[in-house]
Formats: sequence, C-alpha cells, structure tokens
Amino acid sequence: MTLLASGFWPLASGFWPLAHALQGAVPSDTFFTEPPHFRWLIILYFFVGGISGGALLVASLLRLFGAPEDRAFIRLGVYISFVGMVLSAVLLIIDLGVPLRFWHMLIQDNTGRPMFKWWSPMSVGAWGLLVFGIFCGMATLRVLRDDRRLTWSTLEFLHHAPVSNFAAIGGIVGGLFLAGYTGVLLAVTNRPIWADSSWLGLLFLLSGISTSVATLFLVAHWQGLIVPTTEARLQRFDRIALILELVVLVVFVVSLGAVAQAFLNAWGLLLLLGVVGVGILKPLSMGRDAGHNVATASVLVLFGGFVLRVVVLLSSEDVHVAGAQVFR
Amino acid sequence: MGARALPILGETRAVLAQSPTVVAEPMGFFTDTTVCIGCKACEVACKEWNQLPARGDGGAHLEMSGLSYDNTVRLDGTTWRHVKFIEQFPEPYNGRWLMMSDVCKHCVQAPCLEVCPTGAIIRTEFDTVVIQSDTCNGCRDCIAACPFGVIDINHVSGTAQKCTLCYDRTSVGLEPACSKACPTDSIQFGPIAELQQRAQRRVEQLQAQGESKAQLYGADRNGPLGGLNAFFLLVDEPEAYGLPRDPKLPTRNLVKSSMLSTLGAVVMTAIGALTLRARRMVAVRKETVQ
Repeated sequence: MTLLASGFWPLASGFWPLAHALQGAVPSDTFFTEPPHFRWLIILYFFVGGISGGALLVASLLRLFGAPEDRAFIRLGVYISFVGMVLSAVLLIIDLGVPLRFWHMLIQDNTGRPMFKWWSPMSVGAWGLLVFGIFCGMATLRVLRDDRRLTWSTLEFLHHAPVSNFAAIGGIVGGLFLAGYTGVLLAVTNRPIWADSSWLGLLFLLSGISTSVATLFLVAHWQGLIVPTTEARLQRFDRIALILELVVLVVFVVSLGAVAQAFLNAWGLLLLLGVVGVGILKPLSMGRDAGHNVATASVLVLFGGFVLRVVVLLSSEDVHVAGAQVFR
Repeated sequence: MGARALPILGETRAVLAQSPTVVAEPMGFFTDTTVCIGCKACEVACKEWNQLPARGDGGAHLEMSGLSYDNTVRLDGTTWRHVKFIEQFPEPYNGRWLMMSDVCKHCVQAPCLEVCPTGAIIRTEFDTVVIQSDTCNGCRDCIAACPFGVIDINHVSGTAQKCTLCYDRTSVGLEPACSKACPTDSIQFGPIAELQQRAQRRVEQLQAQGESKAQLYGADRNGPLGGLNAFFLLVDEPEAYGLPRDPKLPTRNLVKSSMLSTLGAVVMTAIGALTLRARRMVAVRKETVQ
C-alpha cells in the first residue's frame, strides 16, 4: 500500500494496478532486466516508420510492375512515405536523451569517421533510415516534378529508365528494411517478450505493409481518388499481407513458450481483441466494394497496427525488477 | 607481463604505482555476500565519490519500498551500487536474510558495449566497461541489452550511466570507493586471477562448513559472457538474488531474426510483384469479357 500510494517509481509506472511479484520460477532470464523506457515516441516511430517504409514499397512496386493508371496511387504512396520519413526522423531525435547528439549514430564524435556496427540493429537502422531517406527523396523529387511543383530541368534525369528503376528497387529494399528492422532491433536485446522470439521483425514488416496500404486507401478516400483497377490489385496485396500477419502473430506468441504468460493480463486481451479481432479479422471479413467500407476497414487496420506496437512494447516495459523480485 | 600475485585492498595503490604495467591485468570485484552486513556504506561511498544525486527530492520525503530494508530498490543512472535484502523466512523465527551489494558486472563479453550504436561504451585497460558520457546520446539501447538491469538514464546528463569501477581512481592506483568503504571486505578489489583463487578457497571453506549451496556466480571464464569482472559468492540459486542463471548476449537473436525478416521481405516482394502487376489484371479482364 505504502509503495503504490507513495508514487514510488518501479511499481507505480505503467499499468501499475497489474504490477505484482511473479511467484515461483521466472519463465526466462530476460525477466531480470530493466526496461529501456521505449514508450510513446518509440511506439509512434515504429508505427509511422512502418507506414513510411510500406508506402514506398507499394509505390515502387507499382512503378516497376504497374500500369499508367496507377500513377495517382504512386504519387500518394510517395508523399505518405516522405511525410512518414520526416516524422520518423523527428520522433527518433527528440526521443534521445541528448537530441543534439543524434549525429553520433553516424559519425564518431572523436575521430570524425563513420560510426557503423553491422551487428547492432540500432546502428544499422540509423544508416538504413539515411539510405531510405535518399531513395524516398529521389521518389519525392520525381513525383514533385511529375506534378509540376518543381520545374528544375536538372531533375529530368530521374525519369531516365536506369535511374528510375534504380530508385524503385532502392525504394523496395529501403521500404522493406524500414518496415521490418524495428522488430529485429527489439529481438536483439535482453528484454522479456522482445528477446524471447525471433519473429518480431517479420511481424512488424507485415504489419507495416498492411498499415501502409490502409493509409493509402484512407487518404485516397479522403481525397476522392478512385482508380478501380489499382484499388483491386492493392486490396489483393493487402489481403495477403493481413492473412500472413495473422499467421505470423500466432507463430510469434507460440514461439514465446512459457514467456507468453506475460500476455495473461490486459495486454493479452488487447492483443486478442484489438489486434486480431478489430485490426485483422474484422477488416478481412469486410467487403470493400463501397467507399465507406474501404475507409472503415482501413481505419481498423491502422488501429490494429498501432495497438500491436503498443502491446508489444508496453507489455515488456511493464516487467521490471525491484529488490531481488521480478514484477509485472 | 605475466599474472603475478598481488596484495590488494590497502596495498593496491603502492603496488600499482611501482609498476604501471600491472594495470594491463584484468581488475575487478569479488563480492562475498556471506559477509555483507547490509550497512550500505558502499552505496554511500559510491554516491559521494561519483557525485551522484539522491533519488527523488533528495530525501526530504522518504520513499519506503516495503521490500525488507531495501529502499534503493534497483541500480539506475544515479545509483551504481545497490544492497539487496532478500528475506528467506519459511516460518516465523526460522529464517535468514541474504544481503548482496549489486553492481555492474563489467562483463568480459559486454552486451551493452556490443550494441552501443555511438561507440560511447568502451573497454578500458583494466578490462572494465565504461560509458563515455560526452559521447553517449541517450538512445537507451544498452539498457535493453544489459542482462542484469544495471544501466539506466541519468536524468541530470540525459545519458546512460553505470558503475565505472571508479576508473578515475583505479587509473591512478586507487581502490574503488565502494570496496574501500566496505567494513567487512565483502567487496574485494584486485586482479581477477587473484580474486578467483581467493573466491574458490572461500567456497571450499563454506562448503566444508555445511553451506552446500555456496557457489561462485560469474567467475568462470568459460561460462556465460566469458565471465564477469565483478563476480559473486552466493549461498542460494542466482534467481533468489534476482540474477539470471544464464545471461546471454543480445546478438544471439540477430541472425535468425534478420534471416526471417529477409525471407519475409523476399516473399512479400514476390507477392507484391505478382498481385500489383498490371498485365495480370488485363488478362483477367479479358477472360471475364470472353
């Protein structure tokens, strides 16, 4: 009582009404660690970064394999990706303890040499975001040129086939990386749930794709953009991504083994109802012929994608050690 | 320079000053929890020497944890020593307290150093692990990587911080503040090889006295993380002290997780190319018309 009433940090944080000492054997050595405070800014980054990566992936695939009528959705995808990329960088920087030192991720502050560790997902992610930004920037410049918002003749080279194909392939690789590396980053820790499975990267990748298509549909609906042939193909792609996401989500929970008991609380309920029920099954069951259904289904997918990240991050954040006891 | 038996504690300074090359030897802590009396002198000495602020409002309002006599509760960015109090009372009037002064383990294969994306975490000439506060940008990756929950953000500097094994003292031949202050020599500082021999003798002594669970935690150089430069003598299982039995490097998941994601990326690219390509739709439309 004293502990909770006093606002003492470890137990009063997060979902404090659920915090209690684990009785008996702790399911994994990861439970003896402390949370890194990856909270709302990081959750938002994971969500927005997934959308940004997925949107550039879809736009690039449409550019390489699509038809002329796909141009409107390509534009939309690139713009969504660009806004998401800028927002991602801002979120990452302001989340740092010392934001002005963000460049230490890329440059060694004492030697001026590049700072890169291929075995550290955060280091690779910093460089990946930079490379993604270059391809996203190329795609955005091209779209701005197509829209005649930029008239610089020097941008004409972006339309040449080799450059255009290179940018599109880079967009695919960069988009897939940005959507998926965040899950790998969590797996390469020692925290409960995150480090107890290797499936988070793939799960976030698929969720990034489904949420990015949902964003595309939602913005298109909002702008009154209707291109039936493009939408039909996107819906098919989205449907497959959602089904695979559901399968991988189940595999992820099963792969946790005894650690899955960390979901025997409100987080587990949220995962089941918010992600599986509202975010995946309901949109899959909805027909999307009418515009209204498309918008509703898209909102549900976005909700599910966001809740997925909330549950994965905060359910682990809630586990901590106080004294010599593990609480969750 | 081969390993040589060194007198430690009070004599460390004189010996190190005589021969600077001895500092190339791994140095660390051996904590004998059986002689810890829970006085918290180590916590105070650490705070004093490293000028670490008190938690909360500086003690104006005492925060009681309710966890035995432990109101420090955990290691963090401003608490680099933490005396744990473990109450083992299976029945009234028959039980014991286990006390253990916890600290950064200065792992031989350090997970925090491994993942640090800025290069702020370095290994010193003493084989200890130090966070350079002027390079760290507070990304917190090291906090999630540490298998012992040692590191946290110091909210004064905004950077991740932990025990430096008093690098500023050891580099001039002084003993770390905590071991210097320990009144029972529960915390002993010195060359790892010397400490290991001493620890092994103590375990054998305790086992001969009937303390069958007496064991060393982290002393084995062939064990988890290549051994710990701050190792412990325990008289119960590691979990009873809030320690992981088999601490691991975070990169154990890197290959599998990356491979699964890459495989998924390839599959989704192929599915995307097949489902989004326009010609297939044209063919489908033609079939429908026919």
